[in-house]
Amino acid sequence: MNVINNKWIGSRTIRPDGADKVTGRASYSSDTNMPGMIWGKVLRSPHAHARIVSVDTSKAEALPGVKAVVTSKDLVEFPLDTAVMLGIQDMRWMSRNVMAREKALFHGHPIAAIAATTEAIAAEACRLIVVEYEILPHVIELEEAIKPDAPILHDFIQFDGKPSNIAGKLEHKLGDVDAGFAGADVIIERSFKTRPVHQGYLEPHSCLVSVSSDGKAVIWSSSQGQFMVRAMTGLLTGLPQSDIRAIPAEIGGGFGGKTIVYLEPVALILAKKSGRPVKMVMTREEVFRASGPTSGSMSTVKIGATKDGKIVAGQGIYYLQAGALPGSPIRGAAGCAFAPYDIPNVQTVGFDVVSNRSKVAAYRAPGAPIGAYAVECVLDEIAEALKMDPLELRLKNAAKQGTKAAHGPVYPVIGFVDTIEAALAHPHYKAPLGKHQGRGVASGFWFNAGGESSAQVNVTEDGNVVVTTGHPDVGGSRAAIANVTAELLGIDHKKVSVLIGDTATIGYSNLTGGSRVLFASAMVVTQSADKVITTLKERAAKIWKIDPEAVTWEDGEARPAGANAGQFPPMTLAQIAAKASETGGPIGAGVQLNTQGAEGGFATHICDVEVDLDLGIVRVLRYTSFQDVGRAVHPAYVEGQMQGGAAQGIGWALSEEYLYDKNGKMDNASFLDYRMPVCSDLPMLDTVMIEVPNPKHPQGVRGVGEVPLVPPLAAISNAVYHALGKRFYSLPMSPPRVLEVLDGV
Amino acid sequence: MAKLHVSTTINGEPMEFLCEPHESMLDLLRGVLGLTGSKEGCGSGDCGACSITLDDRLVCSCLMLAAEAEGKSIATIEGMAQGERLHPLQQKFLEMAALQCGICTPGVLIAAKSLLERNPDPTESEVRYWLAGNLCRCTGYDKIVRAVLETAAEMRESA
Repeated sequence: MNVINNKWIGSRTIRPDGADKVTGRASYSSDTNMPGMIWGKVLRSPHAHARIVSVDTSKAEALPGVKAVVTSKDLVEFPLDTAVMLGIQDMRWMSRNVMAREKALFHGHPIAAIAATTEAIAAEACRLIVVEYEILPHVIELEEAIKPDAPILHDFIQFDGKPSNIAGKLEHKLGDVDAGFAGADVIIERSFKTRPVHQGYLEPHSCLVSVSSDGKAVIWSSSQGQFMVRAMTGLLTGLPQSDIRAIPAEIGGGFGGKTIVYLEPVALILAKKSGRPVKMVMTREEVFRASGPTSGSMSTVKIGATKDGKIVAGQGIYYLQAGALPGSPIRGAAGCAFAPYDIPNVQTVGFDVVSNRSKVAAYRAPGAPIGAYAVECVLDEIAEALKMDPLELRLKNAAKQGTKAAHGPVYPVIGFVDTIEAALAHPHYKAPLGKHQGRGVASGFWFNAGGESSAQVNVTEDGNVVVTTGHPDVGGSRAAIANVTAELLGIDHKKVSVLIGDTATIGYSNLTGGSRVLFASAMVVTQSADKVITTLKERAAKIWKIDPEAVTWEDGEARPAGANAGQFPPMTLAQIAAKASETGGPIGAGVQLNTQGAEGGFATHICDVEVDLDLGIVRVLRYTSFQDVGRAVHPAYVEGQMQGGAAQGIGWALSEEYLYDKNGKMDNASFLDYRMPVCSDLPMLDTVMIEVPNPKHPQGVRGVGEVPLVPPLAAISNAVYHALGKRFYSLPMSPPRVLEVLDGV
Repeated sequence: MAKLHVSTTINGEPMEFLCEPHESMLDLLRGVLGLTGSKEGCGSGDCGACSITLDDRLVCSCLMLAAEAEGKSIATIEGMAQGERLHPLQQKFLEMAALQCGICTPGVLIAAKSLLERNPDPTESEVRYWLAGNLCRCTGYDKIVRAVLETAAEMRESA
């Protein structure tokens, strides 16, 4: 399509789910109750690492009000020697994350669960479960976990032929880095650390599950994928997918953290055993202790450039914390680190390291912010060494159409150069700075994704349109789909309702993740709408008794064309819909597709900070994001993604981190102590959307949701350096750390 | 212990309920009264998703006992619109896309309304500090702050 005269695409329409969300009507997962419903609670390990010798639930079961108990024995067992993959998740780890089996692997690891008539009774019953633990030495920090004498979490994991906490390795190679460095005039090598940070969605995990006596289950939960909930719950409980109906509630934030299950399989078994609907809601403390976060990391990055600013070699070695079970996002770190640049010789290596922390979950461009942080900080030093403007250095080395990336692809049309040029030309880049203030820049890349998607577009008898898609809407995708549908059919967007179907009412659709949703669903909606238009033209042709080929669809109406032009008055969608039953029946079409052609997203950020030398507080004064957004189908929600990503990056860079005590227990499991940015911490977050349409998408859509979190860590770090003249190689740059560096500790 | 009988006013209407002495106002609203617009993000007064007003004072309903509602007047998100007519803040949040997932939105709206009742002409800083008790993880607050400032300006003009 890519027509310029769009009426609805690019328009800031009111979101279809908006009125419910500003009036409190919107139903999130914990807002639903059922008659006869009882409450589930989880007993969690008080130890960071312990063998489970025995679990005695008899006293708990005897407590009046207790209706069912679940331990790992009730879940399907996935033997350690056989991988069972669902997407990128291995069910061996998923089952052991949902309920500890051989060992408790982190403080907060589920050991058993109880369902009782009240939450209080369920909690009391959990305290009556007698667990015999054999306490084992634990290891929390990455540098400790990779030492040869570290406590080993899993005997079956071997690295270099020995038991190890290194559970996996991934390498990308392009050219010959040794030869590249040999030809460099400037080489800078630095090591970095980042801490684990939580996705921080405001809505804790929760679910309501009902299992009827014929074994059919219904799950209401908030997730980034009702089909993921169905598939994982089916695998972990042994139920066929056809017996599970997963209904997506409104989701109160996910950011990747709701791409796996924690409670649903447990609640399902409790519901099945008790014969009662079971509701489970995590506390915020449980969310912190046992869900998410993303990895902490250690990395070393080495970059070589010639005097004229051409980067000739780049190398990045990344160690990422997986938490207690394998699966850290090393692909994102190693794949995205150098991806914005055209460098002939690149090597990146990622190591997946387990330790006694909660298992990591995806977090917005998983791994990519860690990869970019180290590379973009070293680039700042290269620019300084070469006395080059840091944006000019990036511009000189920017990937373009035809550049081969180290992680594999050759880029098609991309707008990375445009983001740098826009940043260079922006008033922000030239604005004066005061004392103790500094400006930093950084760029970033995210893969983006397509994948399975389904849509159904139905014309109602009264001439309106209902669109159903299968990806939960986390940030306004329904608003964008309404714009696309209205544009294609040529009708007012208010005539379009957009719904998210459940697993029984719409075809399989992959997770809301990978920045896929609008890319994939706009594609299937477009194909569905095209079919609907074909039908509408056929119906008009039938009414007019002319060939369907002699009918065109323009501005929401069928018009006779060619030899018949002007012979009949045009018929609107509503007029055709009113005659649907007499012309052939209901009008609607659905398309299910494995969508292809998602192309990467690029961004460049500018950040100004001021450092309070007495208190060590870094304050972000001004922030501007420049992003190739493909086509901004709904610009306000594209800006929203850019702003939200920047804010999360500011938190990651300046204040957020998991802190542990010496017993391996998270020390700051609350919003008071885990410090996410609040309103008074931030300035306005300016955005510059650059539209370089994706040629492989009918509307030119590129994913926009994740790349905004890739540049901030380095942009802020570089800004702090330029404010203080001292570089930080570790995050967060929280007040105590800043004071340490200022005091030269 | 026996349940307590409480007579109160919720969103302008007289209301009676029975509650446990330890029961929070938030649990009572969401459970017994079915007013699930107030959300629980933390249960410890750190996120503001459960914000309500108690005799026009902005409070976290998770930190308030239900029994404290006796003789008082409570306002929740469910009472913010007048029938079909949205409050100007609600309308502006929709127009300016000041929400994404929407879970913080009821609390933010209640807090913002409470600000504008006290200070019809707040500065950006005043908005930011007043809303500092309402966490939002999606928006970076930019569009929220702009929507509150814009609503305030429009309400001043129409006042």
